[in-house]
Amino acid sequence: MERLYRMMEIRCLEETVQELFDSGAVLGTTHLAQGQEAVAVALASVLEPTDPVSCTYRGHAMGVALGLDPGSILAEILGRASGCAGGLGGSMHLVGDHVGLLPTSAIVGAGIPIASGFAFAAMMRGTRQVAVAVFGDGATNIGAFHETMNVASVWRLPMMFLCENNLYGEYTRIDRTTPIEDIAVRAASYSMESEIVDGQDIDDLMAVFERNVERIRAGGGPVFIEAKTYRYSGHSRSDAGEYRPEGELDIWLERDPISIALGRLITQNALDDGDVARLWERARSAVGEARGFALSSPEPEPSEMFRHLYAGLG
Amino acid sequence: MEAQPSLSKSVRMNRAIVLAQQDEMSSDESVFVIGEDVGAAGGVFKATLGLLEEFGPERVCDTPISEMAFLGLGVGAAMSGMRPVVEIMFAEFLGVCLDQLVTEAALMCYLSAGAFNVPLTVRVSGGAGLGFGAQHSQTLETWLMSAPGLKVVVPSDPASAYGLLRASIRDNDPVVFLEPRALYATRGVVERSEAAIVPLGQAAHKSRGDTVTLVGLGSTVSTCIEAAQIVGSRVADVIDLQTLKPWDVETVEASVNRTGALVIVEESPFTGGWGTDVASRISSLCWPNLRGPVARVACPDTAVPFNHTLEQEFLPSVAKVLAAIEAVDRGQPYRSHRPANV
Repeated sequence: MERLYRMMEIRCLEETVQELFDSGAVLGTTHLAQGQEAVAVALASVLEPTDPVSCTYRGHAMGVALGLDPGSILAEILGRASGCAGGLGGSMHLVGDHVGLLPTSAIVGAGIPIASGFAFAAMMRGTRQVAVAVFGDGATNIGAFHETMNVASVWRLPMMFLCENNLYGEYTRIDRTTPIEDIAVRAASYSMESEIVDGQDIDDLMAVFERNVERIRAGGGPVFIEAKTYRYSGHSRSDAGEYRPEGELDIWLERDPISIALGRLITQNALDDGDVARLWERARSAVGEARGFALSSPEPEPSEMFRHLYAGLG
Repeated sequence: MEAQPSLSKSVRMNRAIVLAQQDEMSSDESVFVIGEDVGAAGGVFKATLGLLEEFGPERVCDTPISEMAFLGLGVGAAMSGMRPVVEIMFAEFLGVCLDQLVTEAALMCYLSAGAFNVPLTVRVSGGAGLGFGAQHSQTLETWLMSAPGLKVVVPSDPASAYGLLRASIRDNDPVVFLEPRALYATRGVVERSEAAIVPLGQAAHKSRGDTVTLVGLGSTVSTCIEAAQIVGSRVADVIDLQTLKPWDVETVEASVNRTGALVIVEESPFTGGWGTDVASRISSLCWPNLRGPVARVACPDTAVPFNHTLEQEFLPSVAKVLAAIEAVDRGQPYRSHRPANV
């Protein structure tokens, strides 16, 4: 039920971010992950805070799931000093070293080699940490992905390559850019194990992640996981997603991860409608509080632009 | 391989680079070396010779030809608290992995509000003079000069190679250590000790004089020293910048305020080479004391030619420096006419 709540909290947060952008309170852009909540929450449930996770610019869901305070996320998006990157990063650049979230990158695929560096360090130190690189289907066409798959396989790095296949690389559908349907087949060409999982079903995800994280921790080498999922919003704030085929969104809304989890718990009599309403209320209230905190936070001082440019100055 | 910390001896620059890595790896377990051919082959320029035998395959790793992956791996390992030394064989290969260097490594501290830092050293061979052609002969500080969060260091002799590399490895930020390839075989005395570590951000005087300041970096420092010897003692103040980013403005400013004349000697393009930054700042800082315009002896705005005669013409030379000294001494602008009107 905690996982269900976490997914609801993410959904409310993403809606709030959309509203803040629409109202003009925030400049720049944002990339929302409604529809992809289950992947983030399931992964976070299986990992330890000491397992480093590199993630994309569509990283709010992963941030909340791993344990970043929603207030610090919204403050970051609003450019306030209380944001997780001091207001100097913005929506694409969340970070939470205390929960294992590496600074998220705006460059497609950039986090993949970086995660491999953490895996290499873990292997050298014998710590049994598992590094996870989270990326989309689009990233599996960029050079850094292929190079890292190769190095990770040949050096048997303790890392998970987690592909959230939401069918779109930026504005272009996967069938126009990629000659295969299941990205996971690429793993075989790097002599790497892989698995495909339903990215909307939190229980399936939990099982797959648990099994593979344990395997990696035990020295079984890197694994590639493809989660089939979908994003309800467009690629970024300015994109309404009109390039999507008619009806595609509706099909995926039928497979909403929150509804699936809810339905299962209700069937098991673990929840009733009243509980559901209370959970949503709790989520809305928590995000509302975070929004208030963020909006009332001060802006950073100009000198902050220089403070953390180098470690020596900090 | 024995460490003899107090022994000074004459070694080649590539050997000095081996010694620096050896001494840092001996004193800090978190230092490791990765790159193409660095292990079993000891490096294509023999700058890692013997490290694999001494420290083993876990700390000296031969990578696939995958700069994006192995530089990025270095970034991640550095962020996790290790001190990777990543060898990029030729400076141009930085183009393959520039994202990981300039957009990721250099910005991780800034984007994490200091939660992560990147104590990464990227050793790179660069420069012309050996007939490697247009794609294996550039110095490419130009690609790095304006990258916020990066440091750039360039040794000029074996002693500075040893001292600066040790300092670079110990630095807590990403440092690009540009090794002038043409100098790998040159000899010099190296004292293997902590005292020989050269702090970053500090320039060094190679000779003292009152009439003109010569600023050089890496391969051009010996050119400056030779020119200074020709014009006579107490004439030229020769300054080896040692660190390019951030460079030691104070030392150059103090010298030029005294001499009133500045000649910058750089193995970098006339357009946008590092000398433009020195010229711009010093012109402004030393204005009342300058007797004439700042001179730059730079490379022409073209690709490095393979033909040996043309390649030598392409590079700064003692003759060009002497001509520049003569011009600034008369308070005149320096313009070379060969091979291009720079």
